Amino acid sequence: MTHVGYVAVGWLATLGTLGSYAMISIRRGKTLSRQVPPEERRWS
Amino acid sequence: MSITSLAADDGTSSRGTRVLGILTLVGTAAVAYLGLVATGPDVIQRDSVRLIYVHVPMVSVMYVPVAICSIASLLWLRKRSDGWDALAVAAAEVATVFVGLGLVTGAIWGRPTWGVYWTWDARLTSTAMLFILLLGYLTMRRLPDERSVRTKRAAVVGLLLIPNAIIVKFSVDWWLTLHQDATITRADAQIEGLQQFTLILSVVVGYLGMAWLMVHRFRIAWLESRIEDRGLDLAIAERRAEGDTLVATGGDQ
Amino acid sequence: MWDEAVLVAGKDLRIEWRSKVALGQLVPFSLLVLVLFAFALDPERGVLSRVASGLYWVAVLFSTTLAVQRAFSIESADGARDALRLSGLRPASVFVGKAAAIGAQLLVLEFVLGIGIVVLYSLDVAGWPLLAATAVAATLCLASAGTLYGALAAGVRARESLLPLLFLPVVAPVLIGATEAFEAALGGVESEGWPWCGFLVLLGLVYTLLGAQLFGSILEES
Repeated sequence: MTHVGYVAVGWLATLGTLGSYAMISIRRGKTLSRQVPPEERRWS
Repeated sequence: MSITSLAADDGTSSRGTRVLGILTLVGTAAVAYLGLVATGPDVIQRDSVRLIYVHVPMVSVMYVPVAICSIASLLWLRKRSDGWDALAVAAAEVATVFVGLGLVTGAIWGRPTWGVYWTWDARLTSTAMLFILLLGYLTMRRLPDERSVRTKRAAVVGLLLIPNAIIVKFSVDWWLTLHQDATITRADAQIEGLQQFTLILSVVVGYLGMAWLMVHRFRIAWLESRIEDRGLDLAIAERRAEGDTLVATGGDQ
Repeated sequence: MWDEAVLVAGKDLRIEWRSKVALGQLVPFSLLVLVLFAFALDPERGVLSRVASGLYWVAVLFSTTLAVQRAFSIESADGARDALRLSGLRPASVFVGKAAAIGAQLLVLEFVLGIGIVVLYSLDVAGWPLLAATAVAATLCLASAGTLYGALAAGVRARESLLPLLFLPVVAPVLIGATEAFEAALGGVESEGWPWCGFLVLLGLVYTLLGAQLFGSILEES
């Protein structure tokens, strides 16, 4: 493949950033919801 | 963290987000396969065209959270309920991620395709200004110390995101059509068939992913405001308890 | 409402007249910016006269940030902001008054800076009406947007860096419009400049209306 470096960096940067953001969000969500009683969480 | 604990019932997940998440993951895998393997290189751009399958979703999807932030800010100013504020900050954060990735992927795509990482064309310039506007909003959400000041001022900045973005886009477009030859403006590659399908699919997956991120981020913001409220309630209860013991022991010193 | 605005503007301008802080700092600072650009760019090959319009407005923009910061720092002393809120003046009037005071200072600055740049960069001045109209329109934009965002940044820690971050993307279109109009005027093609001047007038009205409307929410409490 030509321009392999660019394609790789572009794809990895995008998926990596979005994936990390997703992971961080899930983890933060769990930590926070432990401090809040279930009646305040109206989605599960 | 194990996979099972990720999927466990607590936290900000719900059935809806799990469905959304699975669709996004499957969709991403499909786009990756199609974009990197199944489709062929472009006649002119060769393999760097594969970057449009990450770049275009970013720059197509990014306007929606910006709009949501602006409208949520307006609604917060009208109704003053925490839900709108949580929506505004979630939308702004997600928007910043997408705009930032749009700029980065645009630069990475631009280098092999046009030889430059950056150029002052209308779209890039407007997108860069949008990024700065969003950074201003996020900074406004962090700096003031009092929560009420923070929320109120951030809402004003957020509300102004849409007008500012439109004004910037309009003036930059007008300005640059006066100063740039038409040939320099970025003409999108002529794509058809499987490439076009992959591109459309990537945008759809982009919207799904954005929605997933927004719902989770909104719930996080919501939980944070609940916790802050309870912290205040706790502090008030403690003060009251102090006052009661002072009365019981006979006045304050 | 206008009496109240005049009251506020008068107060701000009187403070400035007595202390001469804003003009004492703004004028030398912006002239210095022009001089520095002359050092940085090549004065021989006519570069300066070609970029003069843009540099002029960049210098004005920097000075606007300083003027706005100054305008709101005078309110933070001695609980002046609380006094303003309790005074019963309508927020829209306070907004218009403060913006008018900032605008007046900017107009004086722009006049002095104009003389400075004509001298320093050896400009042939043409298209007076367009230059004057553009300066007034741009000042309207800068003063109203500046007052709005200055209030948002007031009393916040790190406000010196917050204000430019918020303010400069908002006034980038003003920079574009004012520079284009000035270049058209100086270049003798005024017909190309008047649309930009009109754009600035429109922009100024939009910022003024938005600012007057939103100022109440900002002033509500600390």
